[in-house]
Amino acid sequence: MTAVADTAHDTSQIPAPEGSVTVTVKILRFNPEVDDEPHWESYDVPALPTDRVLNLLFNIKNYVDGTLSFRRSCAHGICGSDAMQINGINRLACKVLVKDLLAKKGKQTTITVAPIKGLPTMKDLYVDMEPFFEAYRAVKPYLIAYGNEPTRERIQSQADRERFDDTTKCILCAACTSSCPVYWADGSYFGPAAIVNAHRFIFDSRDEGSEERLDILNDAEGVWRCRTTFNCTDACPRGIQVTKAIQEVKRALLFKRV
Amino acid sequence: MTVTPEALSLDKPRSPRRPAARRSNFELYSWVFMRISGLLLVVLVLGHLFIMNILDGGVHRINFAFVAGRWSSPFWQTWDLLMLWLAQLHGGNGLRVIIDDYARRDSTRFWLKMLLYVAMAVILVLGTLVIFTFDPDIPAS
Ligand code: HEM
Ligand code: SF4
Ligand code: FES
Repeated sequence: MTAVADTAHDTSQIPAPEGSVTVTVKILRFNPEVDDEPHWESYDVPALPTDRVLNLLFNIKNYVDGTLSFRRSCAHGICGSDAMQINGINRLACKVLVKDLLAKKGKQTTITVAPIKGLPTMKDLYVDMEPFFEAYRAVKPYLIAYGNEPTRERIQSQADRERFDDTTKCILCAACTSSCPVYWADGSYFGPAAIVNAHRFIFDSRDEGSEERLDILNDAEGVWRCRTTFNCTDACPRGIQVTKAIQEVKRALLFKRV
Repeated sequence: MTVTPEALSLDKPRSPRRPAARRSNFELYSWVFMRISGLLLVVLVLGHLFIMNILDGGVHRINFAFVAGRWSSPFWQTWDLLMLWLAQLHGGNGLRVIIDDYARRDSTRFWLKMLLYVAMAVILVLGTLVIFTFDPDIPAS
């Protein structure tokens, strides 16, 4: 983890547009077929203040080392593929601008990029998301309704919709869950994202499965494991008040009221 | 690292890989207990520290007679008993949670908890015994 194998990388092929500055991108790299453990590698690359960290990663992949591996799909903060630890904080690489990471005038900027923690790293910057999605599926994140299907749409008032509006915004990027110290230590904890997605249905007036979900989250690995660290709220790229959502689920359990 | 086929399949999204919920409110009650005992401990522990360490000369005045004097009053007996039980259960439950966090193997978890529970029981029994059977007339050596 600590060894710095710094063979200088030839980054001269990367186009350096006018106004760009050279920044050092330090990436925690890991190739399971060769390495026993991850190691840091540094790349001095040209960057525009308006570049996103994702652009820098692509430049390194396209012009320096094609084996650099990471996930991305939309590149616009919607698909949730590219959560990673940027300068020690969980962020979407496609939403972080270089200008917000630049060091003070005259100082060399270093941007560290590492995979999110708490999920097994498969290669370089992408992790096995299966434990994360397993917890997600375990809270039944779909509408549960009993009785006859209505012939019209299921009507809901604006106020009732507003009740769970915040948690509908989740894009399942895992930034929150992989920032949670309880999840790092205890991987069977459901984690904030699963609770956020349970919250989305628990407080939906059209849904009739709240009890089942609350039962699931009342268990040993459920909401009571949360220690109110607020790491999840800080990490969420969608600005969801994650800790608040967890607290609302706790309250619903305490007072038996949704 | 190989990806297990199971990790990729989504055809049985609802099949449980976790044990079914136990339908027990234990974690809920222990969460509530941590908060209520914490509130009481603020008064009990800070009051205790203030009397023992700051009031009228603090630790320098503590001797056998001082302790004997305090425990002759049911008020301080109750105070100390309450503090003993609340701090022990609060700290013990806190440690239980920490063991749940960090123990990797079920056997480690089990034995650490056994150690914790035995330690808690010994301290609770011993402390309670002393508070109730304390005899101020034994000769102070
Ligand atoms: C002085 C007043 C105290 C207050 C207000 C207080 C409050 C709390 C609360 C609210 C928690 C739960 C934290 C959570 O679940 O997020 C907690 C945890 C804990 N408390 Fe206390 N407590 C106090 C005194 C003590 C004492 C005297 C001890 C030791 C005997 C202690 C040991 C612990 C431990 C070990 C934990 C678990 C920490 C963790 O969950 O990581 N506390 N305390
Ligand atoms: S709650 Fe936010 S941080 Fe967590 S998975 Fe959803 S979008 Fe990502
Ligand atoms: S690539 Fe889709 S969220 Fe960043």
